[in-house]
Amino acid sequence: MSTSDPTARPGLSISGLNISFRNKDGWTSVVRNLGFDIAPGETVAIVGESGSGKSVTALSVLGLLPQQSTRIEGSIRLGDRELLSLSPKDLKALRGNAIAMIFQEPMTSLNPTMCIGEQIAESIIAHRGTSTAEAKAEAIRLMEKVHIPSAARRYGEYPHQFSGGMRQRVMIAIALACKPALLIADEPTTALDVTIQAQVLNLIKELQEEEGMAVLFITHDMGVVAEVADRMVVMYRGDVVEEGATTEIFANSRHPYTKALLSAVPQLGSMSGSNDPQPFDIYDINTGLADEASVLKSTVDMSQILLDVKDLTVRFPVQQTIFGKVTARVHAVENVSLTLARGETLAIVGESGSGKSTTGKLITGLLHPTAGTVEICGKPMRKDTRQSLSRSVQMIFQDPFSSLNPRLTVGRAITEPLRIHKIATEKERDDIAASLLTRVGLSPEIARRYPHEFSGGQRQRICVARTLALKPSVIIADEAVSALDVSVKAQVVNLLLELQQEMQLGFIFISHDMAVVERISHRVAVMYLGEIVEIGPRAAIFSNPVHPYTRRLIEAVPVPDPSRRLDRHKISDSEIRSAVRPGDYVPPARTYREVSPGHLVQDADPEWAA
Amino acid sequence: MFWFLRRGFASLIMLWVIVTLVFMSIHFVPGDPVELLLSQDGGSADPATVQMIREDLGLNRPIVEQYVEKLKGLASFDLGRSMVDDSSVSAEIARRLPRTLELIALAALISLVIGIPAGIYAALHTGRAFDRAASYLAGFAQGIPVFVLGTLLILVFSQMLKLTSAGGFVAFSQAPGKHIGLLLMPSLSIGIGLAAIVFRITRASTLEVLPLDYVRTARAKGLGDRRIVLHHILRNALIPVITIFALQIGSLLGGTVLVEYVFNWPGLSGMLVSGVNARDYPTVTGVILVISALFIGLNFLVDVLYGLTDPRVRK
Repeated sequence: MSTSDPTARPGLSISGLNISFRNKDGWTSVVRNLGFDIAPGETVAIVGESGSGKSVTALSVLGLLPQQSTRIEGSIRLGDRELLSLSPKDLKALRGNAIAMIFQEPMTSLNPTMCIGEQIAESIIAHRGTSTAEAKAEAIRLMEKVHIPSAARRYGEYPHQFSGGMRQRVMIAIALACKPALLIADEPTTALDVTIQAQVLNLIKELQEEEGMAVLFITHDMGVVAEVADRMVVMYRGDVVEEGATTEIFANSRHPYTKALLSAVPQLGSMSGSNDPQPFDIYDINTGLADEASVLKSTVDMSQILLDVKDLTVRFPVQQTIFGKVTARVHAVENVSLTLARGETLAIVGESGSGKSTTGKLITGLLHPTAGTVEICGKPMRKDTRQSLSRSVQMIFQDPFSSLNPRLTVGRAITEPLRIHKIATEKERDDIAASLLTRVGLSPEIARRYPHEFSGGQRQRICVARTLALKPSVIIADEAVSALDVSVKAQVVNLLLELQQEMQLGFIFISHDMAVVERISHRVAVMYLGEIVEIGPRAAIFSNPVHPYTRRLIEAVPVPDPSRRLDRHKISDSEIRSAVRPGDYVPPARTYREVSPGHLVQDADPEWAA
Repeated sequence: MFWFLRRGFASLIMLWVIVTLVFMSIHFVPGDPVELLLSQDGGSADPATVQMIREDLGLNRPIVEQYVEKLKGLASFDLGRSMVDDSSVSAEIARRLPRTLELIALAALISLVIGIPAGIYAALHTGRAFDRAASYLAGFAQGIPVFVLGTLLILVFSQMLKLTSAGGFVAFSQAPGKHIGLLLMPSLSIGIGLAAIVFRITRASTLEVLPLDYVRTARAKGLGDRRIVLHHILRNALIPVITIFALQIGSLLGGTVLVEYVFNWPGLSGMLVSGVNARDYPTVTGVILVISALFIGLNFLVDVLYGLTDPRVRK
C-alpha cells in the first residue's frame, strides 16, 4: 500500500454514506447520502458549520467512531479496497499507514508524558517493523522535513516545550511517517494564529506535492478553503447541499445555504474607502436572499473620552532562584497608552502572547498594573475606586459555554451584576432581565431556563445582555465572536453595532480575526510582544500598514477568493516570539512617528524585523 | 536536575520544622511533663523525685541549650532513653521499624498488583459484568474495618483451615517460612482495603484519560491496543494514583496499630501506643520523629516519581 510511486497511489471514493448515532430514543441520522471522490494529489474540502457532520465523516473513514453506538451504511473505498468491510485488525494496519489524520487541537493531541520523537517513531515501528534506531533516524528526518529547527536535539523534548504551531508540525510528521495515500486534516489550523496558519497550510501543500497524496480537508473557514482546496463539498446538518470545483462555487454558488455561508464570510479589504463600521448583510439560509444591513450613522463623540490609558505595564515573574531572585519575567504589557471616545470602537489585534487580553483585564481592573494609569470617564482607577468604576466597564468573554454558570438561570445570571452592586428591587430586576433579553433578540420567557439549553450564539447574546445590566459606557469584548460559526458571528457583530448606535457605547474589541476587526472598528491598535507597534484609524491601518509586523499579520490572512492565493515563497518559518525576558532586561525607550493624522507607528526595532 | 535538588532541600527544611515543633510541644504543653508522669495515680508527685527526673531529662537547663543538645543527639541518631525502663529509644525503634515497614510494603504490593490491572480492565470495559462486580466488591472492601477483616482472616485461615497460627512474630533469620506465613495475614488485612482504593482511583482516572485527544491520536496512528494502554493511557492515568497511594501509605506509617494488635505483631505503631499509655515522652517523641521523617521521605519519593512520569513537573 505504501509504495512511493505517486502514479500508482489510490484515491478515496465515498458513495451513499449514511451515518447514524444511537441515543435514548433510537437512531439519529447525522450524515445522509454523502458521496465524493478524491484523486491522488487532489485536495477536497468538506465545509460546514457545527453539527454539519463533517468531522463525523472524517472519523468514519478511519473507523474511529464508537462501534456500539454508530451505524454506517454505504461505501468508503481507498483504491479498490472497501474500508467499511475491513476487519478491526486490517483497519488498524491501515490507520496511520495508508490513511493518516491530523486534528484540530495541537495542544492536546500529543501525549504529554512521552517525548516528541518517540511519538513519531512509534508509528514507524508499528507499521514498518523497523528497529528502534532506524525509527529514530527516520523520525528525525521527518522532523526536518516538516521544518522543525534542530530536529535531532528536539527529538527528546516533550510536547509542553513546543508551541502550538510546532506541535501541529509534529502531528503532520506523525501523519507522514508511513507515506499515506490519504491525509485527513480536521480543522488543522483553526486553533493557530494566522501567521502560523499560513505556515502550516503551506507545509501541507508542499508535502502533498512531494508525496502525491490525496488530502481531505475539513474546515469551517472559507478563507482556508479558497486557499487550499481544488474541490469542495458543502454540508448542512448532515446533507450535501453543493459540491464542485472551488473556483466554480466561489464564483457562482447555486444553493442558498452556500450563498449565505459565503456572504457571511468577512472579506479583508471589503471596507476600503469607509471610516465607519459596517454591519453584515444577513442572508436567509433557505432562500439565499439578503436582508441588507442599514448604513450606520456615525456614533463617535470625540469630546467625551471614556477611557484614557497611560503607560500601562504589567510583568509577571516566571522563574525564580531558591532565594526569590527573579531570573525571568513575562513582559505581558509594556508601556501601552490608548484612549477611547464615546461611541467609538477600538480593536486590539495581535497573536497569542501579544498581551491583548491582559490589556483588557488591566482596563477592567481584574489585574493590577505594575506601572501606569487607567482613567475611566475622567476618574482614575485605584483600589478604592475600582468597585464603583467597574460598573462603567463590562466584559464579554470568548467562550460562551464556560462564561455562564451552569447552575444559575439565565435571568439570575443577567441580574447578578445588579445584585452585586445592590441596585433595584427583586421585582424591578426581573423586569430589567426581561427587557435586556428582548434587547439582544431573545424571548423574555427564557429567563427561567438554564444555559445548557441554548446554542453558542444564544449564550453569547445572554452574555451581552449581562454586560448591559449595569448600563456601562465601555464594553470590552475579548474574542467575543471568535468561537462562533460564521453565520452566528455575523449576527452577534450586528447586535453589537446596533447597541452602539442606540447607547453610544465604547467598545474595546480584542480579536485575532482581522476580517471581523475591519468590519467593526473605528480605530485599530496592533500589539506584538506586549507593546503597541501601530495604532490609528482603521482605514489607515488596513490600507497603509507601515510596521513590518502589521504587514505580516495582514498578509497572512487567507482571502476567501480562490484566485488570490497566498504567495508561498513569502511565508517565513519564524515562530511567534515570546515576551519572556531575562530578569535584568530593561525595555528600550520606544519612539513613535505619525504617518498620517492619528496613525502612529513605533520606530521599527531590529528585533521586530524578521 | 534542578527540580530534584529543590525538592530535596525543601524536604530537609520540613524535617527541621518538625523536629522543632515536637521539641516545643513538650515545653509549651500546659503542666510539667514530669509531674504529669508521676501523678498518674491521682496523688500529687513527690517534689524531690520530680526534681531528680527533671535533671535526668535535662529539663532544668536553659531551653536553647536543650534545643541544641536535642539537635546534636538527632544528628547521631540518639533519641534519648525510655523513662519506663531506661532502654535506648533508638535501639527499640531500629528493632521495630523494619517489621512495620515490611508489613506496609507487602500490603502496598498486594494492593498495587490487584488494584491497578483491575482498575484499567474495568475502565476499558465499563458497565460490563467485571466492572460492576469489581466496583461492588471494592465498595464492600473499603467499608470493612481492618480489625473485622483481620479477625475474619484468623477465623478462616487459622481456626478453620489451620493453615497458619493466629498471630505473633518470628524473626526472618530464625524461620524464614514461618516469618512470611505470619506476615501474610496482617498484610492482607491492610492490603485488601488499600487495593479497593487503588482500584477506584485507577478506574476513575483511566476513564478520564480515555476520551482525550492524544488517545484518539494514538488510535489514528494504528497502534496496537497493548501499546495504547501502556504508553498512552496508563502513564497519564497513574499520576493521580501515585498521589492518593502515597497519602494512604503515609497514614499507614502510624496507623497499623489495629492490625498489629489483632495479629500480635510487635511493630512501631504498637510502640507508639504503649509509649503514650505510659507517658513515656522520649519514646513518643522518638517514634513521632521517625514517622515524620519517613513521611517526608515518602513525599520526596513521590515528587521524584511525579517527575519521572510527568515531564511537565520537572522545572
